[in-house]
Amino acid sequence: MRRGGAWAWGFTAPALLLIGFYLAYPTLATIYLSLLDRQSQRFVGLRNYVDLFSSNAMLTALRNNVLWLVLFTTLTVGLGLALAVLTDRVRYEAAAKALIFLPMAISFVGAGVIWKFVYAYRPAGAPQIGLANQIMVMLGREPVGWLITQPWVNNLALIVVGVWIWTGFAMVVLSAAYKGIPKELLEAARVDGANEWQVFWRISLPVMQSTVAVVATTMVINVLKVFDIVYVMTNGNFGTEVMANRMYKEMFQFRHFGRASAIAVILFMAIVPVMLANIRRFRQQEATR
Amino acid sequence: MQRRLHRTAGRMAKMVVLATAVAVLFSLPALGAGRVTMLGTWGGQELEAFLKVLEPFEQETGIEVEFTGTRDLVAVLTTRVAAGNPPDVAALPNPGQMVELAAEGHLVDLSKVLDMQTLRSQYAPVWLDLGSYQGKLYAIFISADLKSLVWYNPKAFAARGYAVPTTWDEMMALSDKIAGTGATPWAIGLESGAASGWPGTDWIEDIMLRTAGPEVYDQWVAHEISWTHPAVRKAWEIFGQIARNPRYVYGGTTGALSTNFGDAVSFLFTEPPRAYLHRQATFIQSFILQANPNLVAGKDYDFFALPPIDPKWGTPALGAADMVAMLRDTPEARALMRYLASPEAQQRWVAALGKVSANRAVPMEAYRDPLTRKAAQILVSAQVFRFDGSDLMPAAVGSGAFWEGILRYVGGEDLDSVLESIEAQAQDAYGR
Repeated sequence: MRRGGAWAWGFTAPALLLIGFYLAYPTLATIYLSLLDRQSQRFVGLRNYVDLFSSNAMLTALRNNVLWLVLFTTLTVGLGLALAVLTDRVRYEAAAKALIFLPMAISFVGAGVIWKFVYAYRPAGAPQIGLANQIMVMLGREPVGWLITQPWVNNLALIVVGVWIWTGFAMVVLSAAYKGIPKELLEAARVDGANEWQVFWRISLPVMQSTVAVVATTMVINVLKVFDIVYVMTNGNFGTEVMANRMYKEMFQFRHFGRASAIAVILFMAIVPVMLANIRRFRQQEATR
Repeated sequence: MQRRLHRTAGRMAKMVVLATAVAVLFSLPALGAGRVTMLGTWGGQELEAFLKVLEPFEQETGIEVEFTGTRDLVAVLTTRVAAGNPPDVAALPNPGQMVELAAEGHLVDLSKVLDMQTLRSQYAPVWLDLGSYQGKLYAIFISADLKSLVWYNPKAFAARGYAVPTTWDEMMALSDKIAGTGATPWAIGLESGAASGWPGTDWIEDIMLRTAGPEVYDQWVAHEISWTHPAVRKAWEIFGQIARNPRYVYGGTTGALSTNFGDAVSFLFTEPPRAYLHRQATFIQSFILQANPNLVAGKDYDFFALPPIDPKWGTPALGAADMVAMLRDTPEARALMRYLASPEAQQRWVAALGKVSANRAVPMEAYRDPLTRKAAQILVSAQVFRFDGSDLMPAAVGSGAFWEGILRYVGGEDLDSVLESIEAQAQDAYGR
């Protein structure tokens, strides 16, 4: 058998063509478009980028993306981890996990609509139609404009929706990793006198470390792309803008192809390092196997 | 081995035949004449009404209209046009969009399709102008909405001895009087999903027409005067006197910002009413009836024209309209456009929805209730009529910065910073 050469190219050609067509070409075309004007006719250099970084809306979007990045990732991974460990200890584990995983089956738009009802506001004195405000009223408090009150309440309210959807996913993956830990390991620690807290922090977590990292990177990539929830619930008003929503607005509402492409490129740049870290970790793992 | 090859070849041949058959089957309707694709925003009640409008057309011509409704019309239309797959006919959201599409050469010149003489006899020049770009007609108006209306509950007014105000000062005095009793005079709803803020733009436009007059209004819409111009500022301040006053607005600013535009009017019909006045276009009637099907027009709900502020400018009428344009020149699309331009089709459309017609050939009797007739009369008799300004501005301003500005201003942000940021967006959007 002849090795390499034409045969190798022949066999990889379909894959290369597909990647070229679906990944490389759109990426390069988007970078090119981001250097052109509104209607992709004239070359404007880096003007789209300069405009974006000097616009308030975009700076708010950047700030919120960072907020999402920190809170969403911490909460999904943290809650997922806690639930994975806790559900492992109860008899009704399957039922509990199914319930927590359920929101994953709902589309983001659907979740946005559902939570918009949860957050609905009616002035004090009127019958509340939103769950969140009904609870506030029952506690003897004033109803809150959950999606209106800037900058913390509404952004947190939106992040909660994202966490509600994604925690189940984090939990399932982390739970699998947790169950993969050899029981002898945990038992040995307990025999040696470690309490549960110590077992978790000193044994379980370090063993699951790589899974936690994978889940965290997945969440980071998710969060950089967050769009649906914001679009449906506030459309980025009241200081809740995020980059993906801004991109949608520039593209489809304002028909500014240059700027929309520039945002896409910025998002792409932000995701690349996370992807690279993910790939490197994967390679290391493969190497030690 | 040999036989297996044969069998495989046979199976493949069968599959090819099957695939071809399926392909032919699916492309048949496309080949056969008699189909028009149409894109619009209508859904629910409006969609039902539109399908009723289409019934006689489909029966007579045998042409099938494939209507796709989407609230995200601009995005869908942009994508389909860019992909070279536009619908044959589209109901456009506003003249601003029409101009953008016409400028890019995506619309069909309707003078080739419709009888211009008939159109000129049926439509006031303002409507033909609004549907034209660089002297060519690209869209027709199948109905209009009158925006300068304040809705109220006549029974609640009578019970409390309130009179319908005829000047702005009277209206503000009435607001004070209502607020003095511990009630709230105004119901305002600015929430509208991705379009939140638009109801506020109508306020600003109506006030601009009443304080600065139509010429300044036109200059403002064309961005010949800045957003920080005193005339614009003044309109926002007058709007703010109502919208930002928690004593005036039910639920205060949080209530105004989080209430859906279609829900706000229902605050007028609770017992006791949570609010007494609601400024909104003719179309709100269908929302009133949807929430309270037993209410009777003219008895349980009614409207008065938004009163004049400066007597010099009288009571101008602000309006919007449903417009239809053609993106692909096919015989079926031509037939549909001709039908939609006819008074018969428009009569069915306005009668079903409580809209007003832009077409003079639609008789007053077409309106199913006295209120719509009253609105039609206001529209016809108004000295000054202007189209919704935000619909005429470039999208980045008219359906972007302006909407957002309303929400920020009502949310408590400083007026100067709101206007400056709209101005910055406008300089970018107009100056291309």
